[in-house]
Amino acid sequence: MLAMNYRGPYRVRAAHKAEPEIEHPNDAIVRVTRACICGSDLHLYHGLIPDTRIGTTFGHEFTGIVEEVGPSVRNLKKGDRVLVPFNIFCGTCFFCRRELFSNCHNTNPEATAVGAIFGYSHTSGGYDGGQAEFVRVPFADIGPTLLPADMDEDDAVLLTDAFPTGYQAAEMGGIQEGDTVVVFGAGPVGIFAAKSAWLLGAGRVIVVDHVEYRLDFVRDFAQCETVDFKSVGDMAMHLKKMTGGLGPDICIDCVGAEAAGNFAQTLTGVKLKLQGGAATALHWAINAVRKGGTVSVVGVYGPTFSAVPFGNAVNKGLTLRMNQASVKRHLPRLIEHIQAGRIAPRKVITHRFALEDVADAYHIFSSKLDHCIKPVLLPAGA
Amino acid sequence: METPERFAHIPGWGADLDPADRPAYPKERIPARLPGLHWDKAPQQPETVRVLRSTERDGQLTPVFGSTLPPRGASGVLREAAFKYSENDLRHWLILLAADRTDMVEGLVDDLLHGHVPNILGEMGIRAAWKHDRAGVVRKAAVAAAIAAALIVLARRRRTR
Repeated sequence: MLAMNYRGPYRVRAAHKAEPEIEHPNDAIVRVTRACICGSDLHLYHGLIPDTRIGTTFGHEFTGIVEEVGPSVRNLKKGDRVLVPFNIFCGTCFFCRRELFSNCHNTNPEATAVGAIFGYSHTSGGYDGGQAEFVRVPFADIGPTLLPADMDEDDAVLLTDAFPTGYQAAEMGGIQEGDTVVVFGAGPVGIFAAKSAWLLGAGRVIVVDHVEYRLDFVRDFAQCETVDFKSVGDMAMHLKKMTGGLGPDICIDCVGAEAAGNFAQTLTGVKLKLQGGAATALHWAINAVRKGGTVSVVGVYGPTFSAVPFGNAVNKGLTLRMNQASVKRHLPRLIEHIQAGRIAPRKVITHRFALEDVADAYHIFSSKLDHCIKPVLLPAGA
Repeated sequence: METPERFAHIPGWGADLDPADRPAYPKERIPARLPGLHWDKAPQQPETVRVLRSTERDGQLTPVFGSTLPPRGASGVLREAAFKYSENDLRHWLILLAADRTDMVEGLVDDLLHGHVPNILGEMGIRAAWKHDRAGVVRKAAVAAAIAAALIVLARRRRTR
């Protein structure tokens, strides 16, 4: 089959690879029909995530058609159309029993610091991802969700990660009616976090970024205010001035390891890899949020350490909440939101590429060319 | 619940205001809502390739695991060494990053040994860059040429000394 193949930092190609096989009784093999590239795939692409092996196929946001099922699979059959959460989880461990599916203890022997994720290095379990024609899907009876009959597949593929992650980011903020929420990052996750903040009853939503076309998009999609941080001197001071001097109630970091905006952070965290990424957005979030407020983090960072003003977080009495999204628990409610017309996630998709053109897709997305917000890869026949 | 006038232009404002409507509230919900679950203990996936284990696993494998790309070559030696340190130890992660860079070189050698000369610029997306950011490509090429020229000059100076 044809599959995305990682060759080193900034180098990917489409190459032939053996088709996946059933390895566990509850596996399924899914023929991929849509595979998005995620902002966090760029951390892999840029060589920031340890144990990213040459030959890996990335891709944790995909939909497809069930091609084959293992002997113990009861809930899926060949031909079913499914969307597959990016988490691989067992359903029965300490964490899954509490609906913390992104923290499953039974699917990743290589690290306990992170649960298992499709196509996200051996640190996340060593599973190949869905930027391919076929993909192995473990625990097929509980992971995949059947595509609702009336749902556009472009909406469905955004339910595998981006929309649930944005939603969980907002939900972890503990938003109460009328709260002021600042979202750092106008990529797809930040766009969905901003929209979700309104669903949760926010009174004011502000999105911060420096890419003009993305700020234009989120203003329209999420009916929010925006700030271009390149035109602002001191980010925390600016946000406090915007909010009566106190600071926003909630700050959400939807940026993660490759945040722009601070030379020292970028040098140490991204170029020299002395930290697990540039912690600029987290730094601003902690210093901008009001005393007693909440910082919610879904931005992905590396597993080493990050230089942030933690003392300020302590003295201000902040609540910090963070996690990878447990997609499956959000799906019923988020599907209702789409079906009720409250949100159309597919609008963030700006680019479609044949799987063969995966190198161009990654470059355009990484360099933010051609007003790219969200690219999707289409295997042949999709 | 009536939507306040000032939010009337926002579709769905307040639809999840009530915590009871929030799918991830409370944070830990027992039992999990997984109607498709039909096992208490998943069977063990057979181990057919070398899979590295975190020191926190006491050498045990999880019931299900990824079997792609077992460690190989010099990068594999580094990965085996990295896994002797715990996830709490910076050396675990730094050695894995070193293994990744070693693997990149091994990948190039592997390509050449199989008669494939990798199109490195193509893999970096040169086609898209030329189409959408021609000025950037020219700038980077000029910088690369300047650095190469400087290195050549320095090397020549060292030889004539």
